Amino acid sequence: MVTVKDYQSPVTPTWCPGCGNFGIHQAVKTALAELGLEPHQVMLVSGIGQSSKLPDYTHANGFMTLHGRAIPCATGVKLVRPDLKVIVHSGDGDGYGEGMGHMVHAARRNIGIVHIAHNNQIYGLTKGQYSPTSAQGTRSSTSPEGAIDRPVNPLLIALAAGATFVARAFSKNVRELADIIKAAVQHRGYALIDVLQPCVTFNRVNTYEWYGERVYPVSQEPDYNPSDLNWALRTAQIWGDRIPVGILYQTEDVPAYEEQVPALKAGPVGLRPIRPIPADKAQALKAAYM
Amino acid sequence: MKNDMTFVLGGEAGQGVESTGAGFALALARAGLRVFAVPDYRSRIRGGHNFFQIRAGDYEFFSHDERVHLALALTREAVDFHVRQLVPGGAIVYDPALKVDKSGWPDGVQDFAMPVADLVQQAGGSKLMLNTAMVGIAAGLTGLDLRFVEGVIEDNFGRKRGESLAEANLKVARAAYDYARAHFAERFPFKLEPVDAPKRLLISGNPAMSLGALAAGCQFVAGYPMTPGSPILEMISAKAAEFGVVTKHTEDEIAAICMAIGAGRAGARAATATSGGGFSLMVEALGLAGMTEVPVVIFEVQRPGPSTGLPTRTEQSDLMFVLHASQGEFPRIVLAPGTIEEAFRDGWRAFNLAEKYQCPVIVLSDHFLATSLQTVPPEALDFDGVVIDRGAMLTPEQLDAMEGEYKRFAFTDSGISPWAPPGHPKGVYRSASDEHDEYGSIEENATNRRRMMEKRMRKLETARADMLPPRLYGPERAAITFVSWGSGYYPVREAMRLLAQQGVSANFLHITDIWPFPAQAVAEALRGAKRIVAVESNYTGQMAGLIRRETGIHIEERILRYDGRPISPEYILRGLEEA
Repeated sequence: MVTVKDYQSPVTPTWCPGCGNFGIHQAVKTALAELGLEPHQVMLVSGIGQSSKLPDYTHANGFMTLHGRAIPCATGVKLVRPDLKVIVHSGDGDGYGEGMGHMVHAARRNIGIVHIAHNNQIYGLTKGQYSPTSAQGTRSSTSPEGAIDRPVNPLLIALAAGATFVARAFSKNVRELADIIKAAVQHRGYALIDVLQPCVTFNRVNTYEWYGERVYPVSQEPDYNPSDLNWALRTAQIWGDRIPVGILYQTEDVPAYEEQVPALKAGPVGLRPIRPIPADKAQALKAAYM
Repeated sequence: MKNDMTFVLGGEAGQGVESTGAGFALALARAGLRVFAVPDYRSRIRGGHNFFQIRAGDYEFFSHDERVHLALALTREAVDFHVRQLVPGGAIVYDPALKVDKSGWPDGVQDFAMPVADLVQQAGGSKLMLNTAMVGIAAGLTGLDLRFVEGVIEDNFGRKRGESLAEANLKVARAAYDYARAHFAERFPFKLEPVDAPKRLLISGNPAMSLGALAAGCQFVAGYPMTPGSPILEMISAKAAEFGVVTKHTEDEIAAICMAIGAGRAGARAATATSGGGFSLMVEALGLAGMTEVPVVIFEVQRPGPSTGLPTRTEQSDLMFVLHASQGEFPRIVLAPGTIEEAFRDGWRAFNLAEKYQCPVIVLSDHFLATSLQTVPPEALDFDGVVIDRGAMLTPEQLDAMEGEYKRFAFTDSGISPWAPPGHPKGVYRSASDEHDEYGSIEENATNRRRMMEKRMRKLETARADMLPPRLYGPERAAITFVSWGSGYYPVREAMRLLAQQGVSANFLHITDIWPFPAQAVAEALRGAKRIVAVESNYTGQMAGLIRRETGIHIEERILRYDGRPISPEYILRGLEEA
């Protein structure tokens, strides 16, 4: 039986005490263990940022790539090894700033990766600049008079791009987050989980208390219907005094990208033994030029 | 004059100049002639002036040249442009309805005005078949048996687009052929006859390289369309289902290389194809592959820059760029094939080198090599010679027997650490674009950093054993020693042939494996050379500069071209005279 301990790495996290990343880390390991997945069946792909160090602290296949580029790197993994469970860890700067374009395309492709966005509304690794999800007016070293940009709504963008699984979670509620991750890993296609995560060092506004007062299970909505895109589009806009968490939208009606690739019908191409082309096939290739 | 001539078919974009020219080149190749054909087109879908130049002969030659014997002009602009290229006795074919101005025509040019549009109409063809008529006329004037042209028309139109289209084109070709034969053939001195020769392929660099990649068992190719690199993704996509390759047209070039690197990290043979502009976007990820020791192949088909430059033309100006692209220092391998044989060979070799040395391998081609159609013996695509070498890849048995935690980035004498594709319980590891320790964990320790840098860079020294030395063509000692790289091969070899006819001895050092640089071999080959001339398609003489940096040999005399047009043998001869 797989346990959380199987995902234990000898490396000690360098995150600040109380960092929201700890909850996310625990939830991921819990979800994978409860799904009976072993570390060699999983690939964690990250960008650059505090959140993106998570693969270093986890015993599983891990690939820590470039700022903003975790999604295309993960897509490459999935396209040759669809048998692997591929999970992207990115931050709000990493995934919603530098890499936002890739997220839109991953969503419309419905590529089978789980995208866990560690959203703390601030840049941690570079020490406290405002991020794409920072509220308007946020004062930071790069917005000393208050941010003029309005924040992105990643859930709306994902839904508009055609995402087939869109969820929001709070990093403190590890059990709920683990359940959402389990659903996302088993989902057919691209799954976005936007995880609200306090930054105890640089974000003095969006604290544990701030979130604790606001988050509520989205399933408490009287007309809760995560199979209805229009309902999800409306609900994704609720933000302020109350913030819904849970699965906002899921459909299994859209096949995953990798299910539709002709070369993958015979199994993962990355496992195909590499051999020279037989003489008759080589001859046929040449004949096209005669 | 028999079996030695150059045709040019000129017209607007949208008139089928390139496809018709390629079809005629194939007809000539099937007649047993050697062919070297160069497309020249502008970056537009309609209008402008495009042409397709075909040299055909029954003797060994190496490139196009500047002589034109028969110009087939579909527009007035084409008449004005090509009439000036004609040799004495050469002819220009055009429809008198174009109302051309003949005042500036050179002496000795033959005026073959023919009612081309009427011929097409009378044969029941459409306006789009003017190009077919021109090919029929060319066959009629040169005496080439029409069945070679008919065979290509049948292949191109018959199977794909319905019999009636083939039928109409055949009628047009026949009518034009008969007309040209009856009214002008007698006055046209340049003739073609089929040659009883072994069958040759008619192919250009892009497909040769793509077939090389397929032969390597490439499993993943991602790309974003950019001239002239796009055909590589297109050609492999066409064969993807049959050969088990996943191909992906991505949202941009950053995604393309990142997907290829992801696929490489997952243990697959992966590549991307682009041109200089796309490669510019890929630069950061190149360093990712270098740092995380992921094998990846990048086909970079150069065009003139900077920025958008001349999108549909040729240049070799990205050499210094690919050698230095991305921050920091890491090993990379750069190959620059010059011939079809080399394009195929480097197409598969690149994957072996990438996996053996666990680093990015850049195959640097250019528009001239990528698009020039040439006849080669079938053995030039040497599928039998393909070797698959995945380097220090751990087998499941080796992983079963492994004790302790897997050190993906183990320090070794060669710099090469055994690598494991994901999927084995003992092959689990993490890798980071940050500096890392032997296990792959982020590590800033100074000693570790020094050792890790040295381990990675050591791979480059180890890789020297696999690098092919530059090749010397011609006599050991000669009055002139040319130095060139990549597609410079063609005009230089042809210039040597012309010089030999003038009694001037020349030899040629062709550098194809560029990095790690074969400094010793280059220095030895150039030692004692009487007159060294670098030939390159760029402004600064990048290879000459690299040779100076790596060997101390300063090549003062340089024949450089940077107007976007391929270097011709005559360009080199003029360059020698000007020196």
